[in-house]
Amino acid sequence: MKINNVILRTVTRIVVYIILTLAVYLFLAGHNNPGGGFIGGLVLSSAFVLLFIVFDIETIEKAIPFDFKKVAALGAFLAVGTGFGAFVFDVPFLTQAFGYFNLPFFGEVELTTVTIFELGVALVVVGVVVTIILSISEDV
Amino acid sequence: MINIMLTAALVLFGIAIFISLCRIIIGPSLPDRVIALDMIGVHLVSAIAIISVLFHTTAFLEVILILAILSFISTIAFSKYIERGVIIERKHDS
Repeated sequence: MKINNVILRTVTRIVVYIILTLAVYLFLAGHNNPGGGFIGGLVLSSAFVLLFIVFDIETIEKAIPFDFKKVAALGAFLAVGTGFGAFVFDVPFLTQAFGYFNLPFFGEVELTTVTIFELGVALVVVGVVVTIILSISEDV
Repeated sequence: MINIMLTAALVLFGIAIFISLCRIIIGPSLPDRVIALDMIGVHLVSAIAIISVLFHTTAFLEVILILAILSFISTIAFSKYIERGVIIERKHDS
């Protein structure tokens, strides 16, 4: 029997963008406010889990053609790579730097290397959580 | 005056959450428990909003958003489990 869930699908197409916007905001609010890579990655993976629940696995894997295990591996490589990148400048492991730059449209912004590390953490969290959810749902 | 009203509202929200918890424990069927869980989520969101008014801070507003999103997703997951028996499907028409 085919169950009609058109309301859920229509609502989800809007709500997913709200969740993704919140994830990006939490990711960028990282080093001054509550937020950061871990929480941003968790909210991002909750958006993916919502898509997997409302639609099905094959549709979403066709729409988002990422292997999430490779996403987790790429994130771990980025996070460790920023740690080892500190050795080039003869400073201890995981030393981070920041600076203030004048960009043409945004004005004076603060750019840090912590953001790259947080991006790696977020990718690891997204990959691991989505892989765990999909592995749990396999045996049905 | 406003502090007394907000504190009384917090106490009432606590009583409402306790009543919902009783419904989760003694609830005869599964949809009763799902509705009570969703009700606890809504009450927690409202209680956090009142706390952030009471403390004159905006640090808890992200908590409201994340709690609302997680409550929404968990309610959808429970509803789909009741309706279909599986939560994440493999094929489109099964």
